[in-house]
Amino acid sequence: MRRAALLLLVLGMLVVPTAGAAPPSPGVTHVSVPPGTPAVEWGAQLFGANCVTCHGPDGRGIFTPVQGSGGTIGLGPSLQGVGAQAADFYLRTGYMPLQDPDAQPRRSRVLFSQRELQALIAYVASLQPGPPVPAPHPELGNLAEGLQLFTEHCAGCHQVSAAGGYVTNAVAPRLNDATPVQIAEAARIGPYLMPRFSEKQISNAQLDSIVRYVVYAGHPDDRGGWALGHVGPVPEGLVTWFIGVAVLVATCLVIGRRLRA
Amino acid sequence: MRRWLIALVVLLLGRLRRRPRVPGEARIVPPGAPERGAENLLLLLFGCAAVCGAAFPVVYAIDSIPHQTQFLGLALGLALAFIAAACVVIAKRLVVTEELEEDYSLTARPEEEEALLELVEESGDRFTRRRLLLVAGAGAGTALGAALLTPAASFGPVLDVASLYRTPWRRGVRLVDEAGNPFRADDVEEDTFYTAFPEHADRDRMGAPVVVVRLKPAALRLPGGRRSWAPKGIVAYSKICTHAGCAIALYRKPTFPQVQPRPALICPCHYSTFDPADGGSVLFGPAGRDLPQLPLEIDAMGELRAGGNFSGPVGPSWWGVRNHGARS
Repeated sequence: MRRAALLLLVLGMLVVPTAGAAPPSPGVTHVSVPPGTPAVEWGAQLFGANCVTCHGPDGRGIFTPVQGSGGTIGLGPSLQGVGAQAADFYLRTGYMPLQDPDAQPRRSRVLFSQRELQALIAYVASLQPGPPVPAPHPELGNLAEGLQLFTEHCAGCHQVSAAGGYVTNAVAPRLNDATPVQIAEAARIGPYLMPRFSEKQISNAQLDSIVRYVVYAGHPDDRGGWALGHVGPVPEGLVTWFIGVAVLVATCLVIGRRLRA
Repeated sequence: MRRWLIALVVLLLGRLRRRPRVPGEARIVPPGAPERGAENLLLLLFGCAAVCGAAFPVVYAIDSIPHQTQFLGLALGLALAFIAAACVVIAKRLVVTEELEEDYSLTARPEEEEALLELVEESGDRFTRRRLLLVAGAGAGTALGAALLTPAASFGPVLDVASLYRTPWRRGVRLVDEAGNPFRADDVEEDTFYTAFPEHADRDRMGAPVVVVRLKPAALRLPGGRRSWAPKGIVAYSKICTHAGCAIALYRKPTFPQVQPRPALICPCHYSTFDPADGGSVLFGPAGRDLPQLPLEIDAMGELRAGGNFSGPVGPSWWGVRNHGARS
């Protein structure tokens, strides 16, 4: 009995410090509103509970660090005029809310419910007029043109296979997890360090082709056979070496056998 | 000169003359029948190897050949394959072979040395046209050696570096996009990047492609003397990285500059990172010198034109470039 109590005590000592060092509760604050509340109203309350520390009142942005609640440093861009397009992208990919304003937003689990998302997006869109959520039509795009445009504009960072890559100081994410709407949104917004491509540079029809290619690149038709992870010349070269070594050994056997006869 | 060369060849061949054979002397290696067919095959293989080896410098020198790289590889690969095949023919069909097992005592026996020499001598008995075969083999080896040395010519001009400064850009040349459309200065947007080429010029030339970005004029910190090079904050740099000559295909721009890295042009090969606001200076990576900047002007039509040639030599760096720096 005493031994069990001691064990509990030791376990407790192990657990307490880690719990104390943990960052302020990851996750979001849900706000309950009476039924029939307008979406924008609900979104404003959700914004106040989850976003205002960094994006400021009315989404005007916070440009010098402000000590917020729970030790969080508030610092973030203005959301006025970004429209439903950016709000939809950042919230549905799980890029926002971001724990640390210095960190690169990454794709993560979305903690808001569908209806909460709609309310928040409606609220951000109501701050100032901005671009709506795009509606790409990848089925109207041309796959070959998409590959060519993707190579020209996107493959430098994301690789031609859309498997993602690196830029100095950032990671270019893999695009296999992105929905067609998110691909179109990202091209127009340019999240984090990514350039922004306007309709002057990439028309909506061209964007349809790019989206079609990216969707295709997730499950490409590997006519050549063995895809080797689509990661380029290193594994392909290794395989060539293995084949080459086998051919050399076979040649040695052919030459050597006759000599012994 | 010619007489000297002939004398040299005769001397070389004479030295290789066989020891005269004493008739009736006992052989160690059983005599083998001469094989004219195998020798002819050997001559053919050496000839093919020599032709392939000699083809390498030829393909290298003629730039108009399509798929030049593939043909270079093919020439070298075939030359090596023919020499390998020739070795196989010699080993399997021309050298007299016999497998013997014999205890070998460690005590020195001079007569064994004699026997070994004789062994080597007699193993080559089946060759009837030794000198011809030797010349053929030497020819194949020489051609292969020439093929291996040829790429050294790509190290670039050692003395005449002026060609490195010759680009299609000069004052008044219009910037066009991939489809040949001119760039209207007002259509060039911030937070994105464009690739431009000189109008009516060969786009495959090293000095042709430029990357164009627009920054806030207040953010520019261009070196002295380049104040007028960036009208409306639009800057253009060579798209060829100064490290190893890859294309600058990456542009990063911060969404929220307060906490995110500043705009930069990045090469995907080794991540050399250049600052477009600061005259293309190196922020990170192995590049040893700034990205050459192209001065820009806006003409009466509102379109972008070059204001002159680049600020320095375009392309990857090597000793000749570093020593010559920028041309004003």
